[in-house]
Amino acid sequence: MTRAFAWAGFLIGSMIFILPLLGMTEFSLSMRRGEYSFDAYASVLADPQFRATFTYSVVMALFTIVFGVLLVVPTAYWVRLRMPGLRPVVEFITLMPLVIPAIVIVFGYIRLYNTSSWLPLTGSDLGTKVLLMCGYTCLALPYMYRAVDTGLRAIDIGTLTEAAQSLGAGWTTIFGRVILPNVFVSVLSGAFLTFAIVIGEFTLAALLNQPAFGPYLQLVGANKAYEPSALAVISFGITWLCMGLIQIVARLAPKPPAQLH
Amino acid sequence: MAEPFLNIEHVRKSFGSTTVVQDFNLAVEPGEFVSFLGPSGCGKTTVLRMVAGFEEPSAGKIVIGGKDVTHLKPNQRNIGMVFQAYALFPNMTVGQNIGFGLRVAGRSRAEMDKRVKEMLALIRLPDLADRYPYQLSGGQQQRVALARALAPAPKLLLLDEPLSALDAKVRVSLRDEIRQIQKDLGITTVFVTHDQEEALSISDRIVVMYGGKAEQVGAPFEIYNRPATRFVASFVGTLNMLNGKVVDPKAGTVEIDGQKITLGRDLGKPVGAAVTLALRPEAAAIGGPGDLSLKGTVADVSFLGSVIRVRAAVGASRISFDRFNSPTTPPPVVGEPCDIKFSAGDVLVLGD
Amino acid sequence: MSQVSSPARRLPTHWLGVAPFFLFAILFLILPAITIVIGAFRGPDGGFTFANIAGLNTTTIRNAYWVSIQVSFWSALLGCTIGFIMAAATVLGGLPRFIRAPLLTFSGVASNFAGLPLAFAFIATIGPAGLITVWLRTEFGINLRAATGFNLFSSTGLVATYLFFQVPLMILIITPALDALRREWREAAEILGASGFQYWRMVAFPILLPSLLGTFALLFANSFGAVATAFALAGPQLNIAPILLFSQIRGDVLGSPGLGYALAFGMIVITGISNTLYLWLRARTERWQK
Repeated sequence: MTRAFAWAGFLIGSMIFILPLLGMTEFSLSMRRGEYSFDAYASVLADPQFRATFTYSVVMALFTIVFGVLLVVPTAYWVRLRMPGLRPVVEFITLMPLVIPAIVIVFGYIRLYNTSSWLPLTGSDLGTKVLLMCGYTCLALPYMYRAVDTGLRAIDIGTLTEAAQSLGAGWTTIFGRVILPNVFVSVLSGAFLTFAIVIGEFTLAALLNQPAFGPYLQLVGANKAYEPSALAVISFGITWLCMGLIQIVARLAPKPPAQLH
Repeated sequence: MAEPFLNIEHVRKSFGSTTVVQDFNLAVEPGEFVSFLGPSGCGKTTVLRMVAGFEEPSAGKIVIGGKDVTHLKPNQRNIGMVFQAYALFPNMTVGQNIGFGLRVAGRSRAEMDKRVKEMLALIRLPDLADRYPYQLSGGQQQRVALARALAPAPKLLLLDEPLSALDAKVRVSLRDEIRQIQKDLGITTVFVTHDQEEALSISDRIVVMYGGKAEQVGAPFEIYNRPATRFVASFVGTLNMLNGKVVDPKAGTVEIDGQKITLGRDLGKPVGAAVTLALRPEAAAIGGPGDLSLKGTVADVSFLGSVIRVRAAVGASRISFDRFNSPTTPPPVVGEPCDIKFSAGDVLVLGD
Repeated sequence: MSQVSSPARRLPTHWLGVAPFFLFAILFLILPAITIVIGAFRGPDGGFTFANIAGLNTTTIRNAYWVSIQVSFWSALLGCTIGFIMAAATVLGGLPRFIRAPLLTFSGVASNFAGLPLAFAFIATIGPAGLITVWLRTEFGINLRAATGFNLFSSTGLVATYLFFQVPLMILIITPALDALRREWREAAEILGASGFQYWRMVAFPILLPSLLGTFALLFANSFGAVATAFALAGPQLNIAPILLFSQIRGDVLGSPGLGYALAFGMIVITGISNTLYLWLRARTERWQK
């Protein structure tokens, strides 16, 4: 009886996922009347705007990942190794973006870094891009930090550091040759998640007037019928790809030392 | 003989194609303390879980207090049970844990409080009612678990390896405490353990289990001194095995490493047949009393504090025996020849 | 060790390791938040005022907040409930084990599938020309909107759409918590005479409560700040707080910059309250934990 209820609950719940995916797929194939076709996809892919904005967002995602890694990995390492007392503070900060909505953060940016402020980031194209990247880093911060911190927990960084130091390694060597390779897998999963977040992000890009993929999606959604569904399928595919890569990478992760039970 | 309180009749349990318990029979008297002893995977826990109602037997019948409970749910059986890993509810205080059984039975607040107080006194933790389980030591947690199991005044108490998660000292003291409480309350108890010392010290009767079957059922004295099967002999206590050849089956003469000993009983085997004799470490001694003797060499001496364990080589066989430590007698020296004495009555002839 | 040798020299290098992070956090998280708080209490002349906060008390803004809170509350509540049922069915309900890993992987994907594409997917499914809408109309002659009053471009539609990421997020968070429920607790309760319901009410649910509350707060904040999905579904007309703020940033629709600060400040206050409430409740429910 329990099992019957379990199946019922599971299957009914699954409808929330299955129906929209079915709906968007079906719709994306329905551009040609009376038969299924890939016309909507062809139309999307042929759009130079699509390529331009998509490339913009991919590049943005890559910059965000590099910046995020350089910011998070040394911090997480240093906090674990030398300043464990700061952990609660750092964790609180990394969780802030989950509580403060992105739209509020970007509102703060626009007021704080406008053309007449002390740091007029929005005044130049490069400055705005930097600001957008920092915003994206904030959005990814909770996930990136968690991933890296979990990775660091799995290895004994204290011993590794001492071992490297006793062999005469300097900080750059320790970091680049010892720590980073050991948390590489965690960094990668954080990176894929960041990619998935950045690629379709709308609010920040739209309010900072950047030609990113998110605002482009909004434009298509407002003006076309079948193309949005094709874009939704493509986006879903990208998300799958990122999550799938995380899974694959996680299997390669160094496991924490086996515990006896 | 009194009517048995717990009756397990021809119980079998299979999971898929593997049978973990086969044709298990046991009658437990009221107030009796019975232990299931055996290595992991022998089916002892499965039998206990069938008595509790967590598993349904594939065949057979379980009767408690004259009532067939084979297909009753656990919450209808009025059984108390203590689990290996405490299993206290972490979200409740000690008092709430102990009162849980009465609370779900809808008893009054006053009755509950009174019973909790009694139980806390019984386990000698009267001041800990408001603590949470995480604030207690393992031994305290297990005593609370015992109190929780006993609070609704069950007729049958099941103990599933309750001591194995505790450290050695606590294990021994809690073992004695459990036995004392059990005797005071006169509650019928089934105790599962893989520790033979535990089973021997605490039980009225022991069921030695192996491969899903009861190998032997008997009082600790009987199990230890007259093991019915080779498995029981090897599992309960340390045992020296001596391989020999029958020389005279009627007189019970056996040749071991060229030395002959005569047991004075019928071996029931033809001349020249291989036979395995077994000897408890405490039954042998260098130059001690005893009518039989085997000559060997001291191979190894370990000092264990109150006793000294000596291993002697007799041909290919090794015989271990214990000697009490005494400050005035130096331990034997390795390589020394020795004369191991024992009585014919202490020698077990193992069946196949 | 180092404290004895030379604290004065050691301390700065110590802090140097975390300095970039704190600099970043101050510039891009903390200062923006402080700017909003200050802006919410500063008048056009630069002096302190409550006028901005008082200015929130208009029908439009009140409604926007209220609809936002309702949408967030219901999507979080339904997300928690449905996610819990699905996770419990998988972990405890005796569904085959091979379902578990795909469900968790899929949840990881679905919880990150938000924003505009999600809105497109729902429009294609239960929008005016969506798969289900059309199917119901052609096969059964049912007009979804007329029959049930359901409109995807309203707050109900928003709740339904948000479930697509709320439910999997719940599944991801609650599955480990359900795994941590030990079998012995259930058995101990059963043998003490408790029914399945009593076990859930007195043991399992209180143990899970902190995780449930935490997830609820997270899901609430998650949908409270969501802009993109709502924007794509209903455009700027839908009157919810984040959309209103979006329009305010784009074109100062409220006609007062101070009011924009106040609106953003109000959003922080609401997510802040939901999280404080969560922390307070958790502290109360977690007395029994280390």
